[in-house]
Amino acid sequence: MLNTLEDLQQLSKRCELHRNRHQSRIAVCAGGGCSASGAQQVYESIRAELERRDLLNTVDQTFSEDACSGITPLGTGCQGFCEKGPLVRLEPSGTLYTEVSTDDAEAIVDSLLSGTPVSRLLYLDPTEKRSYEKEASIPFYKLQSRITLRNCGSIAPDDIREYLAKGGYQGWANALERTPDRVVQEVLDSNLRGRGGGGFPAGKKWSIAAGTDAEQKYLICNADEGDPGAFMDRSLMEGDPHRLLEGMLIAGYGIGATVGYIYVRAEYPLAVDRLRHAIEEAESLGLLGTDILGSGFSFSLRIKEGAGAFVCGEESALIASIEGRRGMPKPKPPFPAVSGLFNMPTVINNVETLANIPDILQHGSAWFRSLGSSASPGTKTFALSGDVENTGLVEIPMGTTLRELVYAIGGGVRSNADFKAVQIGGPSGGCLTAEHLDLPLDFDSLQSAGAMIGSGGLVVMDEATCIVEVARFFMNFTQLESCGKCVPCREGTRRMLEILQKIVEGRGTTEDLDHLEEIGSAVRIGSLCGLGKTAPNPVLSTLQYFRDEYLSHVVDRRCPSGVCKGLRRFVINEPLCKGCSRCAKACPVDAISGTIREPYLIDQDKCIKCGACKDVCNFDAVEEVA
Amino acid sequence: MLQTTANRQLDILQRLDNLVQRYGKHSSTLIPMLQEIQNAYRYLPEDLLTHVATALDLSPATVYGVATFYAQFSLEPKGKYVIQVCDGTACHVRGSMPVYEAICKKVRLVDGKATTEDGMFTVETVSCVGACAAAPVVTINGEVYGKVTPDAIHVILDTLESRGDTADA
Ligand SMILES: Cc1cc2nc3c(=O)[nH]c(=O)nc-3n(C[C@H](O)[C@H](O)[C@H](O)COP(=O)(O)O)c2cc1C
Ligand code: SF4
Ligand code: FES
Repeated sequence: MLNTLEDLQQLSKRCELHRNRHQSRIAVCAGGGCSASGAQQVYESIRAELERRDLLNTVDQTFSEDACSGITPLGTGCQGFCEKGPLVRLEPSGTLYTEVSTDDAEAIVDSLLSGTPVSRLLYLDPTEKRSYEKEASIPFYKLQSRITLRNCGSIAPDDIREYLAKGGYQGWANALERTPDRVVQEVLDSNLRGRGGGGFPAGKKWSIAAGTDAEQKYLICNADEGDPGAFMDRSLMEGDPHRLLEGMLIAGYGIGATVGYIYVRAEYPLAVDRLRHAIEEAESLGLLGTDILGSGFSFSLRIKEGAGAFVCGEESALIASIEGRRGMPKPKPPFPAVSGLFNMPTVINNVETLANIPDILQHGSAWFRSLGSSASPGTKTFALSGDVENTGLVEIPMGTTLRELVYAIGGGVRSNADFKAVQIGGPSGGCLTAEHLDLPLDFDSLQSAGAMIGSGGLVVMDEATCIVEVARFFMNFTQLESCGKCVPCREGTRRMLEILQKIVEGRGTTEDLDHLEEIGSAVRIGSLCGLGKTAPNPVLSTLQYFRDEYLSHVVDRRCPSGVCKGLRRFVINEPLCKGCSRCAKACPVDAISGTIREPYLIDQDKCIKCGACKDVCNFDAVEEVA
Repeated sequence: MLQTTANRQLDILQRLDNLVQRYGKHSSTLIPMLQEIQNAYRYLPEDLLTHVATALDLSPATVYGVATFYAQFSLEPKGKYVIQVCDGTACHVRGSMPVYEAICKKVRLVDGKATTEDGMFTVETVSCVGACAAAPVVTINGEVYGKVTPDAIHVILDTLESRGDTADA
């Protein structure tokens, strides 16, 4: 139990010392991507191999007083380079092995002992045709600057001593040496802007809540991460949960809240487990609870599991959900910072926003402002996915261009296909095209291009993607997730979805495009919350940048990328057709006719584009054309 | 372990009581209680909804309203294996729909139904399970499978069918 700041410092020193004595580690990534490709089995095999050779050291032994040698295997949070998972990193050398399987355990342990890397497991850059040994030299990592993800992937997330050894809770120690006002001022000075999408200065929010008198104040961490295609917050919570706890502790102290909630998505059970465990650890050390480190400040943390509603990421809906009601937004003002949870002043911040706080308190606001761009200081995490060569989790300075992110870090479009667009900011965001590649990624530049940085989901799309279908996909999502409180959002999204459905089925008209724009602007203006206000963005931005593609669908009745089933055509390639009649028998609507042993013919007017003929043809004579 | 229905019912009532004791007779306890039931039964049986309403002094309509608002809750029994095909953006652009169709075909689901006649499989889509880099992603009773192809799904489902009764655990 730590009773004073002094106690904390002593424990931290001890942890650091011990960790420095045990530097031989094999870090197996157990993040979402790697786990889905068998990382757990890889970890077990390495552990078994170490045990077999009598080299096994555990994380627990690392921190014990008894001298011990050996190698420590550990399962870490996301190391980022998900595309090449399962990943294994050797320490202290920093050698990174990619696409590791259970058969590689022996070679990996050998290489750590001998210092000679296993070349077949090193990352091979497909364009430069060279392999890289050290993680830090791989272009994917080299161009990043990891602040909030600094420990993610290198520490064991389920042991607080690992975090302490890396300077954890030092920001909190610094905060305790100041008054709450000074803490809020430091965050104001840093100009840290909310990473949950809105970009509102965190310090401003804090000072409003700090300045409101109330018997009880609350802090809520928004870990709802509803944007489909985003996994930054998940990775952070799973890989470095104490960083979030430390950020919340500092925030609670600054605004005078004694209770904090973490609202986590239902789909993230591992994050919930990790946070629960981290909270228990912090409580047993006295870093959470009453009179923390003898400061007189008390703070407790509770976890609320979401129940699967995207709209609950919106602040007032989130509050309704914690209170046990249907998650429906309320008009503002009053803002939550004045009257929020149980009508008390409440600050809601995103996971990544809070994860930046420990470093700001530890290194100061001037240091923070030296990163990123002047109006958007700091870094931003992105989840790179879709048709990009290197999918994964990255953290880059604000103001990095889209081109650097997609090409230099992301390795360009998968299989050398042509770049078509990126969808940024999820269903509320917009599409950016090749003409935006040199746009700096920060809050204000994206806003002016009709998109938004959002939470940081970035999905790359290549030429084979049908942009109209993508717009329909997003509209389907928002329509399903609309809470139904206001008419423009509830009915407008439904009508827009119907129109888009019509277009992808090949029944659209040019008037439909006008209708989409008209309804879209009404939904944007007339909706209460951010969900409705931004729901038309994907449609309106694609209509602006890819109007030709919409026109192909409605005028030429063609889907240029051949995706829309309703617009494809099946034709029989006569030279290949043997006239066996199989297709004619398979067709459910009798659209195929012909004479045995002569080429058959498909009546396009009757055809319902089900593809049954193509499936049954033994001679590949049925072709699908766009 | 084999549990009788009556035992199970007693067990869940006990756990619901514990929740009320821990968090108080307050509407903010409602969602945790529903989650407890959903986890135990894979759906919300009607009699338990009434029990919850009484325990928290809420109207049955309020409880029903909350139960129907959130996607996690289901009023219909789900299959023994719940297959969730991720159709988040990343999975969608990497071909989640052909995987979904292949699964429906394989377990013989027709007419937009979500659960098979024999109660073995429920197939549904979800938006992002946070493993986007391994897209397309499928989870089966919470176990995550990455980079799934329509062909791979046959192998996975065949293994499940031969594995037997793990889902009751
Ligand atoms: C429909 C909708 C969904 C949202 N989802 C999230 C979310 O998943 N995570 C998040 O941090 N913020 C989300 N937000 C933004 C929050 O309302 C809020 O602005 C944010 O949590 C504030 O934290 P920040 O200032 O630290 O960014 C959402 C907003 C809307 C309108
Ligand atoms: S805009 Fe849509 S989601 Fe937001 S409150 Fe209105 S109906 Fe609900
Ligand atoms: S989009 Fe499928 S896991 Fe994220």
